[in-house]
Amino acid sequence: MTIRRILIANRGEIAVRVIRTCRELGIETVLAASVADRESMGAKLADRTLCIGPAASSESYLRIETIVQAALSSGCDAIHPGYGFLSERAALAQLCEDEGVIFIGPTAAQIEAVGDKLRARAEAEAANVPVAPGGSVASVEEGVALGQKIGAPLLVKAVGGGGGRGMKLVENLDRLPDAMAMASAEAGAAFGDERVYLERFVARGRHVEVQLLGDGTGGVIHLGERDCSVQRRYQKLIEETPGPNLSPEMQERIRTAAVRFGGHLSYRGAGTVEFLVDVDREQFYFLEMNARIQVEHPVTEMVTGVDLVAEQIAIADGQGLRLAQQEVRLDGCAIECRINAEDPARDFAPSPGTVTKAIWPAGEGIRIDTHICDGARVPPYYDSLMAKLIAHGPDRATALERLRTALANTHIEGVATNIAFHLRLLGDPEFQAGGVDTGYLARLMAADSHSGERKHG
Amino acid sequence: MSLTAKDVSEIMKLLEQSSFDELALEIGDLKLRLRRGGAGFTDEPAAPAAPPAPPAPTEASAPVPAKAPAATTAVENGLVDVPAPLLGVYYRAPKPGEPPFIEVGQTVEEDTVIGIIEVMKLMNSVRAGVRGEVVEIPAQNAALVEYGDTLIRVRPAS
Repeated sequence: MTIRRILIANRGEIAVRVIRTCRELGIETVLAASVADRESMGAKLADRTLCIGPAASSESYLRIETIVQAALSSGCDAIHPGYGFLSERAALAQLCEDEGVIFIGPTAAQIEAVGDKLRARAEAEAANVPVAPGGSVASVEEGVALGQKIGAPLLVKAVGGGGGRGMKLVENLDRLPDAMAMASAEAGAAFGDERVYLERFVARGRHVEVQLLGDGTGGVIHLGERDCSVQRRYQKLIEETPGPNLSPEMQERIRTAAVRFGGHLSYRGAGTVEFLVDVDREQFYFLEMNARIQVEHPVTEMVTGVDLVAEQIAIADGQGLRLAQQEVRLDGCAIECRINAEDPARDFAPSPGTVTKAIWPAGEGIRIDTHICDGARVPPYYDSLMAKLIAHGPDRATALERLRTALANTHIEGVATNIAFHLRLLGDPEFQAGGVDTGYLARLMAADSHSGERKHG
Repeated sequence: MSLTAKDVSEIMKLLEQSSFDELALEIGDLKLRLRRGGAGFTDEPAAPAAPPAPPAPTEASAPVPAKAPAATTAVENGLVDVPAPLLGVYYRAPKPGEPPFIEVGQTVEEDTVIGIIEVMKLMNSVRAGVRGEVVEIPAQNAALVEYGDTLIRVRPAS
């Protein structure tokens, strides 16, 4: 391994996660931390911590030149960008390339290829990967014509968006011109790119994504798929692998389509191809690719026994893929709950503060990824993710049971959490049956609130 | 390619008269960033609008003043620590071989330049932000300083 010291340009649980693997590999760690994270678990575990700026992300974690300067001045060979923040900013990957610092991730060109959602769609089509009926539209006239072809309901999406942001649902084609104008204006303001495109809206869809590792020269393997359909306002809450109740034939088609997409790009590093499975039509469509390690990567690690962060580092180090496809084993099931510092009783408003007590569960098949311990702060400046609780089992029922027990054995004081909400979900018969669609959580919450109103109304 | 103070002043006038808030100019090694006072960045290093740069006719890059720290913290003995407003490499002099901006024992005003912090070849000049006498300079020349590290200690003028 030529990489000897890594600058970790991230925070919270993923900083701890990367530090843990680096320690195993004998790689030194330098953590870039804002003022708000100087006392964090990551700062305590890293070999060195550098304060890169005040709390606000825009003045710390999002400062590309500062991050690279920190790496160069502390003798780091490589930068691990984690997820979010600068992990999918081509400019960071490019500056690293220019300065001779290894960016642990794809090339700048690959980030750009998949960051522009229209371009990513075009790459998918070129790779013979199915996309939802739709396409780019440069004018309202084009939009109306395309809308007639796709049919309503359809989505107007921002080219520069992603992750559910910048989307408008059009149920009646008469409303399409207005929706396009609004979407375009909002996209310009939010992403600096006014372009929009249209896509068929899938009434019952499942979010199924495939984990890839690519060596950067065309070699790509998959490590199974994850189902992330339990989402609240496009934020994933529960993820699992394998996708429950997916036909083996659909599973195989999705996995190979993802590998085809990655191979077409000669993708380098860890990445995830996201698909929308149209349950009613039994089809699947390319949604987008995330050119980074993802929050929910632990479920894949639990069923494969592969350390994805270690593989990211090995690929960045020039070692290529250390596993052939036939060596990838997918054993059992794993499910993850994202524990957030938020208050379900106040519409999931963030609940920052100091965690006075943190009791995390342990047990067979249980894994906790967290930076939260007694006295840890949950600052108000960043996302509210406190921990990921993952349970593995030889089958889904066992994993589910272990997860419910683990959640029940978790105790947090000082901030509100969504633990009780997770228990509600895991106890719901529809979730237990498996294979829920992306509308499931909203329907469940509406039903709960309705029955609550009937009780108290 | 070099810019004189007069060039920078003219560029600033052009910027002021325009409807733009920010100018980033790169010619080879030379980087100049000007920002209209008060505008916020989301993903660029801080480089507020530059007043006429100090004369540096042969220097490729004109230093840009870094935002003065919002509050300097008082330590014991009534001394004030002037913190680094950025992470970067701290230089005590405008150029290698030139005399340093300030020495121990010198009096400084709020807008006295006390050093330069370089972030990826962009020079940011740092001002004292306080009036008084320099009693200590903990920051090392050409060494990395983190955000908030004490650059100099000042006994404030009464």
